[in-house]
Amino acid sequence: MNGNYIFSLITVVVLGLLAFFGTTVFGLQYLFGVIVPYACVIWFVFGILKRMLGWANSPVPFRITTTCGQQKSLPWIKQNRIDNPSTGIETIIRMILEIVLFRSLFRNTKSDITASGKVTYIWEKWLWVGALAFHYSFLVVIVRHMRFFTDPVPYLISMLEYFDSLFKIEFVGEVVGTSLQIGLPGFFISGLVLLAAILFLFSRRVLISQVRYISLPADFFPLFLLMGIAGTGIFMRYFSKVDIISIKELTMGLATFCIPDGAVLAGLSSVFYIHLFLVCILLAYFPFSKLMHMGGVFLSPTRNLPNNSRARRHINPWNYPVKVHTYDEYEDEFREKMIEAGLPVEKES
Amino acid sequence: MVDVPKPEELIKVDNKPPAKGWMDVPPDISAGKYPYPAQPKSLKYLDLPNPRDWSPLDDDWQLPENWKEIVHEGLKERLDKYRSLKVFMDTCVRCGACADKCHFYIGSGDPKNMPVLRAELLRSIYRNDFTAAGKIMSLFPGGKRLAGARTLTKDIIKEWFSYFYQCSECRRCSVFCPYGIDTAEITMMGRELLNLLGINIHWIKDPVSNCFRTGNHLGIQPQNFKEIVEFFCEDIEEITGVTINPSFNRKGAEILFITPSGDAFADPGTYTFMGYLLLFEHIGLDYTFSTYASEGGNFGLFTSAEMMKRLNSKMYAEASRLGVKWILGGECGHMWRVINQYMDTMNGPADFLEMPVSPITGTKFENAASTKMVHIAEFTADLIRHNKLKLDPSRNDHLVVTYHDSCNPARAMGLFEEPRYVINNVCNNFYEMPESTIKENTFCCGSGSGLNTEEIMETRLQGGLPRANAVKHVHDKNGVNMLSCVCAIDRAVFPPLMDYWVPGVDVTGVHELVGNALVMEGEIERTTNLRFEPLGDTEGDSDE
Ligand code: HEM
Ligand code: SF4
Ligand code: SF4
Repeated sequence: MNGNYIFSLITVVVLGLLAFFGTTVFGLQYLFGVIVPYACVIWFVFGILKRMLGWANSPVPFRITTTCGQQKSLPWIKQNRIDNPSTGIETIIRMILEIVLFRSLFRNTKSDITASGKVTYIWEKWLWVGALAFHYSFLVVIVRHMRFFTDPVPYLISMLEYFDSLFKIEFVGEVVGTSLQIGLPGFFISGLVLLAAILFLFSRRVLISQVRYISLPADFFPLFLLMGIAGTGIFMRYFSKVDIISIKELTMGLATFCIPDGAVLAGLSSVFYIHLFLVCILLAYFPFSKLMHMGGVFLSPTRNLPNNSRARRHINPWNYPVKVHTYDEYEDEFREKMIEAGLPVEKES
Repeated sequence: MVDVPKPEELIKVDNKPPAKGWMDVPPDISAGKYPYPAQPKSLKYLDLPNPRDWSPLDDDWQLPENWKEIVHEGLKERLDKYRSLKVFMDTCVRCGACADKCHFYIGSGDPKNMPVLRAELLRSIYRNDFTAAGKIMSLFPGGKRLAGARTLTKDIIKEWFSYFYQCSECRRCSVFCPYGIDTAEITMMGRELLNLLGINIHWIKDPVSNCFRTGNHLGIQPQNFKEIVEFFCEDIEEITGVTINPSFNRKGAEILFITPSGDAFADPGTYTFMGYLLLFEHIGLDYTFSTYASEGGNFGLFTSAEMMKRLNSKMYAEASRLGVKWILGGECGHMWRVINQYMDTMNGPADFLEMPVSPITGTKFENAASTKMVHIAEFTADLIRHNKLKLDPSRNDHLVVTYHDSCNPARAMGLFEEPRYVINNVCNNFYEMPESTIKENTFCCGSGSGLNTEEIMETRLQGGLPRANAVKHVHDKNGVNMLSCVCAIDRAVFPPLMDYWVPGVDVTGVHELVGNALVMEGEIERTTNLRFEPLGDTEGDSDE
């Protein structure tokens, strides 16, 4: 029924199949394991740079801060220094809270009109919770993956892994029963939360009619892509025993520009190639998609400027002279009438 | 009032999205659904493109030959000039957090009134013309659709006209967007692009051309402006026995006072104007009015940055010509967006003025150190704080007051506590509306940004629904019978909105309340308020 997500789903499936057949039937392990990853990383870095520079190249002509609290005015009126910052530091705090806690999203309400004709607003925190769960688990997963690119693995990453799996054991112990976790070496909570959060974000996109109405294929595509990545990742870790040693040989090789020989590449499982290829697609897709909100959030002029344009002049680099109606022109038109009315004039006729 | 459905009907908002995708749903441009177009004479007076007689009902809007190129180049130019536009075009994730924050969406249920879709109307063109993704996808059949891109057509121009004039540039959406995407900014750009094609509305362009010529939106000529103010003084004398002789265009005054001309023209704004006159007399302020800069508001803001600058220039020019020390500004909404966020940048630096200092209390308004313009609520709050006003709040005892935060002073300035402090000192019965409808969450009157025109009354009533509904809440619960505000558009549009949704609630400016409470030196015993309504009549006139 909804072409938007069918199309995105099919695209992700096709991409997965590409990697599968490419490596199993056509023996393109070198392409999928080395060339594509390098190309995508380069593309990713330059793409992001290009995008960020593109934004930075456009000036900020006016200080259009959205003020969400009391301004700084009289000394005895308490300013809301976070939501209506007037200094650089205050603005930085506002930005940090925005980026780290999604503060604006936290305000979210849902409005409704009751049968008796009352407009109501209820605090709608689930999008905020889901968004935080998604982004933080994704962050943890990314940081954990750094173990594949470092040797020895830095202490911080090991620590993170430790805590990540710690949570999980308690959780499973309560919910599923102790027998299950015995065979599972360090089940990571982050992967599970990531998948659950993506499913939540996906289902709200499909189930809430308004959100469905505004959604584009470009909104479903990253969700399916991430589902694919998280799904293959979880599958590799807990269901198909992949050869971690060889994988690390490849990833370290990529990181140190010293690619292992063909036998190692050929020995890797096709699930791994699918996983890797979808990650590459994500990297390549990132700079040209809405995922660039990661950069945009830093550059949003309604958030990253203090509301102090009355105290300090903000400069517009392209400010240009405009045609105005001068006082002299005005007086020329109305002089007679002004004199008659006893209004002072510059020139007596 | 034009024909509108009954409130019981209008409240039944159907917010189920249509079966067809939004790109396939044409806008409803029928009688009552569109603002009248600008007349050629105002465009000609302002040297604006494509003056002609046309109607949105026409099939052919008589666009310039190369209209497509004009829009493309216009958009390109604006992307290069405004980081806001570029970032807002690129970062939206369509999370929908902004969707039900717009009063026009809540009141109409029309999905294109969700800020995110309003923005997509322009974003889809941006994708097509300026993004790699859009261009690549266009190579495949059906690819444009999938990329959320579309080729600009004349029908899309009509759609823009419809929906960029159903946004009151209130910025409520930007409070809730996780990236601060401000759909008002997008609407402003959209309106600029339409203006390049000569698509403008009468209710904005007529005031703009008036303001350019006579110094105010209403086209009041200098001698009439003086007469009107003198007429207010006569009323004041009759009510209070105090004679006031304000000055006009007086060189050497300490302060230039500028307020929206709407308050010189129509009730209940006029009473607010009288409140200013009483206040300044009470404290013996050395101030003057200007007939040349006799407009605080700036409908240029609703047209283009350039037009805003052209109109706003008069404030500093006049302050400089008259040699005043600083400027005091009256109660107005969008005027304060212009002053707080644009004026100094556009028309400054105002180095011919001095740091504003209250001559009565000595308070330095350091927050206005550069712009040199102070809001009357800041000024009066400071006076009250220093005990410089003799007030009898019991004169407002027949009123049960609530306060509407106007969008611009709220979300483009943060003026929350100053007016509340003033109100609480001049009247005894004050109740706040619910949290989610005040301060930064405030709801627009539904008629801001030049939409306060009669022919789209239904749209305005829909847009005003959330605000009115919150007023109804305190009306039912606390017996509120007076809605106070610091905005001239509010004062003009709330009376019909209240009559429709919450009969029994009247509208006032904050300084009308001040004027009524002020105990003037040498005044006679007051028997009526500034509206000539008998004092002590606990019913007020509104609770008929
Ligand atoms: C500074 C970094 C980032 C911030 C502050 C941020 C913030 C947000 C917020 C507030 C939302 C809206 C809520 C939601 O729909 O979940 C969102 C959505 C989203 N973010 Fe991020 N994000 C960041 C980085 C990333 C990265 C690196 C990715 C990589 C894949 C990403 C992927 C997404 C996706 C796919 C959505 C849309 C979810 C949906 O369809 O509903 N974000 N982001
Ligand atoms: S809240 Fe912001 S990011 Fe979300 S849909 Fe609205 S404009 Fe887009
Ligand atoms: S600025 Fe106000 S009117 Fe315009 S889309 Fe946003 S909430 Fe709606």
